[in-house]
Amino acid sequence: MKKQGLRNASASLIAILAGLLAGFVILLVTKPESALQGLGIILKGGFNNGMKGLGQVLYLATPLIMTGLSVGFAFKTGLFNIGAPGQLMVGGAVSVWVGCTWKFLPGGVHWVMALLMGMLAGGAWGLVPGFFKAMLNVNEVISSIMMNYIGMYGINFLIRGSAVFDSTKNQTKNVLAGAVIPKGGLDKVFYNLTGNYVDVSSVNAGILIAIFLAIVMYILLNKTTFGYELRACGFNKSAARYAGISEKRTIMLSMVLAGALAGTAGALMYLAPSSGMHIHVAEVLSAEGFNGIPVALLGLSNPIGIIFSALFIAYISVGGSYLQSLKYMQEVIDIIIAMVIYFSAFSLLVRDLIVKVGKRRAQRSAGGEGA
Amino acid sequence: MDYVIEMIGITKDFPGIRANDDITLRLIRGEIHALLGENGAGKSTLMSVLFGLYQPDAGEIRKNGAPIQIKNPNDANAAGIGMVHQHFKLVHNMTVLENIILGVETVKRGVLKMDEARKKVVALSERYGLRIDPDAKIEDTTVGMQQRVEILKMLYRDNEVLIFDEPTAVLTPQEIEELMHIMRGLAAEGKSILFISHKLAEIKELADRCTVLRKGKCVGTVDVGPITKEELSEMMVGRKVNFSIEKDRAKPGEPVLTLEHVSMRSRLHHKLLLDDVSFSVRRGEIVTIAGIDGNGQSELVYAISGLGAIDSGRILMRGEDISKASIRRRNDMKISHIPEDRHKHGLVLDFTLSENLVLKSYQTGEYQNHGFIRFGQVEKHADELIRRFDIRSGQGGATIARSMSGGNQQKAIVAREISLEPDLLIAVQPTRGLDVGAIEYIHKQLVAARDRGCAVLLISLELDEVKSLSDEIFVIFEGRIVAQLDPEAASIQEIGLYMAGSKRGSAS
Repeated sequence: MKKQGLRNASASLIAILAGLLAGFVILLVTKPESALQGLGIILKGGFNNGMKGLGQVLYLATPLIMTGLSVGFAFKTGLFNIGAPGQLMVGGAVSVWVGCTWKFLPGGVHWVMALLMGMLAGGAWGLVPGFFKAMLNVNEVISSIMMNYIGMYGINFLIRGSAVFDSTKNQTKNVLAGAVIPKGGLDKVFYNLTGNYVDVSSVNAGILIAIFLAIVMYILLNKTTFGYELRACGFNKSAARYAGISEKRTIMLSMVLAGALAGTAGALMYLAPSSGMHIHVAEVLSAEGFNGIPVALLGLSNPIGIIFSALFIAYISVGGSYLQSLKYMQEVIDIIIAMVIYFSAFSLLVRDLIVKVGKRRAQRSAGGEGA
Repeated sequence: MDYVIEMIGITKDFPGIRANDDITLRLIRGEIHALLGENGAGKSTLMSVLFGLYQPDAGEIRKNGAPIQIKNPNDANAAGIGMVHQHFKLVHNMTVLENIILGVETVKRGVLKMDEARKKVVALSERYGLRIDPDAKIEDTTVGMQQRVEILKMLYRDNEVLIFDEPTAVLTPQEIEELMHIMRGLAAEGKSILFISHKLAEIKELADRCTVLRKGKCVGTVDVGPITKEELSEMMVGRKVNFSIEKDRAKPGEPVLTLEHVSMRSRLHHKLLLDDVSFSVRRGEIVTIAGIDGNGQSELVYAISGLGAIDSGRILMRGEDISKASIRRRNDMKISHIPEDRHKHGLVLDFTLSENLVLKSYQTGEYQNHGFIRFGQVEKHADELIRRFDIRSGQGGATIARSMSGGNQQKAIVAREISLEPDLLIAVQPTRGLDVGAIEYIHKQLVAARDRGCAVLLISLELDEVKSLSDEIFVIFEGRIVAQLDPEAASIQEIGLYMAGSKRGSAS
């Protein structure tokens, strides 16, 4: 068992190294003279800029943990939730709306309520493909892709005509002070001091909420009867049915939970206006939603593994953002980050390769002894 | 002696289990050599070593006296060794001919030369009496023809050592006859045949010599001619086996399960799959539904267990109508079900053995507390069933079900279903693919369940089993119950005639 864990970890590491190598090639092609320095900056990642840099890693990791959990959880139950971007946007939009308009709520309650409503909205968005999958056996990939676009255009349409729209910036307004996710003391840790100026990172209590939810999901999947039913359904639908487990109920609940996790990602992102995150009225699906897929793959769908894979991808992204200091273009940086993430998703393939090579070696040495 | 293949001192370890322990097997040119052993005795492992699917930890393989290395199936093929797996390896939407040449296509400038291949295939099929239709798609052919395609695949590759893994397990009696004829023909042409089996009658009839394995060790190789079935089974199991089933006369009580005019149509083409089926099973009796595979047995079981919906009629459990009840509700009413397809329905193969053993009871208070699974209890339960039912696995309850041998998977299902202490036990071909020791055991368990007051509904294709185990026989043909027979009075020939549909009786 220990050996297997080691193998999984080394597979993920090899995949990451291959990604970095590919990224280095791109650095070489675009601006050879500073390529080596650039690679150094990427590798240094969150450590480039003192405590603030580390705080940024945690901040960026927060939505990635949530969407990674969303995708990974659905994977465990045999479903491919490619609808995380839509669920994230709907959840985020609802939480922003609650955060801007429910003025009657007191400070401590307001952000919790906004978060919960975002979670619920994401869950509702996940229920739709779950319902069609369970009742009519409609492929969840197709229906959740459609729900992504319905969500994006629907929200653009609704926001534009609503009280939360800031027409000068073409984006949503800041949520009220009481609806902002509290810092949870993290601003006292992750900041840089230049003279008298305190340069605070964007990290807030959201990262704690995300890690907490990851642990909850781990327990739910592995320790409860509900998790048992979900996994039974994911592995073998027919046997689950035979055992008396309602696979329709399980599929719907699994998609609702996956949607709620992605919805939480949206709420945690947009209930922090000081970081500059707002819902733009644009024809773009959120990258954080799609990035849940490589995060889940790199974490091998294990909720605890997903915490670390999200942290890694955030770390690399922060490193990439500092590449600008070497005058690399933003697009090149995005491509490099995408390469690393892309290769990370190959970790499963690499794991199988390691097993194969190991076997061949063992055989050769056994053959040598025989001769 | 002219040995074509020698496997000398083969040892193979898996985590927690030594599957093969210093096994030596010598195959004479032109002989039919049987490999006999209980489930999990190491037969499949040994053959997989020979075919290059596994590498042995110790020992060597010789071909015509010279040592050879077989690292993968391609090496095996190059050494003239071919194998027909228990589950055929065919591409279902390709034709018979395409399947045979797959991997060894004759190509001229990138274009397939099908004509030459066809000629060779047709010639081979005529020479060995392997009836096939080269242009039929595999998915449209019978299991028997698929097997002949597998044999032709080996012949097309000029293999001279042919391995068969339980070749008769999937065939009808007529197809078995034909296969035996083919195998004898192959041996007469100088091919050497190794076949895995645990059917003693078959070995007696077909094999020249037989190597017996027990718990990974080689018990010995014997000439089949002079040895009796009883001696063979004693070698295999390590003790005397009782072939006849000891049971008292049934003392049936009140009806537990009653079917009233149950009909079911195919969703696809509206054909009647069950046609006005009525019967009942009482406490303390074993009722058998006999019939040739595919005459509505599966649908009947689906209807009772809730896996399929009926179109008309009623199903009563202790007088209560359960025609529309959920599967969970039916399970709660103490209906147990040993399913036909153990991989599809019976087990979650990626779960551990202990998780599988609570597949139907995980939600009861015994194994959960406020929604949290009580793993301690689950493991205790697994340990108890493993001990009681002698389920063998590498790492006890923590073994992943997929890695267990077929026989032990079946034992796990039987253990789970019987330990639920059902009022109605539906057993569908419960002994299929099992060795005599395990069959004897499962038969005893069914009789014990009956004597405890359980109503047992047995679905079986094996006429010997039907006749020796049942207290009452119904014969099903094309979805209808065509006869109700007394097992004491009816002969096997008579049951067979009803099963084939050439005789119709009265079903009360």
